[in-house]
Amino acid sequence: MLETILFYLFAATSVTTALLVISRVNPLMSALWLVVCLASSAGLFALLSAPFLAIIQILVYAGAVMVLFLFVIMLIDISKEALKPRVVRFAKVVAVSITGYFTVIVCIVLWRPSFLPAPLADAAYGDVKVLGKMLLTDYAVPFELASLLLLAAMIGAVVMGKKKL
Amino acid sequence: MTITLQHYLFLSLVMFTIGMVGVVVRRNALIIFMSIELMLNAVNIAFLAFSRWSGLMEGQVAVFFVLAVAAAEAGVGLGIIVALYRNKPTVYVDDLRLLRG
Repeated sequence: MLETILFYLFAATSVTTALLVISRVNPLMSALWLVVCLASSAGLFALLSAPFLAIIQILVYAGAVMVLFLFVIMLIDISKEALKPRVVRFAKVVAVSITGYFTVIVCIVLWRPSFLPAPLADAAYGDVKVLGKMLLTDYAVPFELASLLLLAAMIGAVVMGKKKL
Repeated sequence: MTITLQHYLFLSLVMFTIGMVGVVVRRNALIIFMSIELMLNAVNIAFLAFSRWSGLMEGQVAVFFVLAVAAAEAGVGLGIIVALYRNKPTVYVDDLRLLRG
């Protein structure tokens, strides 16, 4: 019962704040709403018995990445007059057709519904120890490649940030 | 009333759609970036839901890598925005038409 209440609470918060993110004129407000959205998604991760990823989501995403976003928004400091609610032409048509497309997908999927409650997970599921062991044994090569990717991104960001190449 | 896999998948789809509408409709480069983060987050929810219902931990490993790639993407993307802003002080992508000649 508690799980159901928490799911609907987190889901409603995520969807509402996601809508606020894409509808604010000022990117600063969008970024702050995105922090709330990512934090409530972290709650959903915890409900899905992934405590490690919930913590990572808060620390890395809502923490580090969003601070970087806010830092850049304040660095380029757009003046109040320059902020315009600019959208593409036929924005409403585009939005309605994308939403309609996904609604059709939902209808097709729900044609033959098979609503199953979550199977009982064994004690090892979602355990940080198990996840860590998997990352460093079966997925050791992708793990190292991810570190290489982060290094490349870091060098790329530094090079692009320089005044003269 | 229990929460089923479809609940999570439906939530994931709704958030992905919101992110996609944001990417296509908005012209502010920063908000387009945030919408991409929303889409990645929606995919993470779907990954974790499938992982939980199938009882396999591989889904959580995939989410871990998605988070790593998203962090790299945010770093490089914001670097590009800062570099662009230095050349032409705007964040609206339809003002940046240098390649169109």
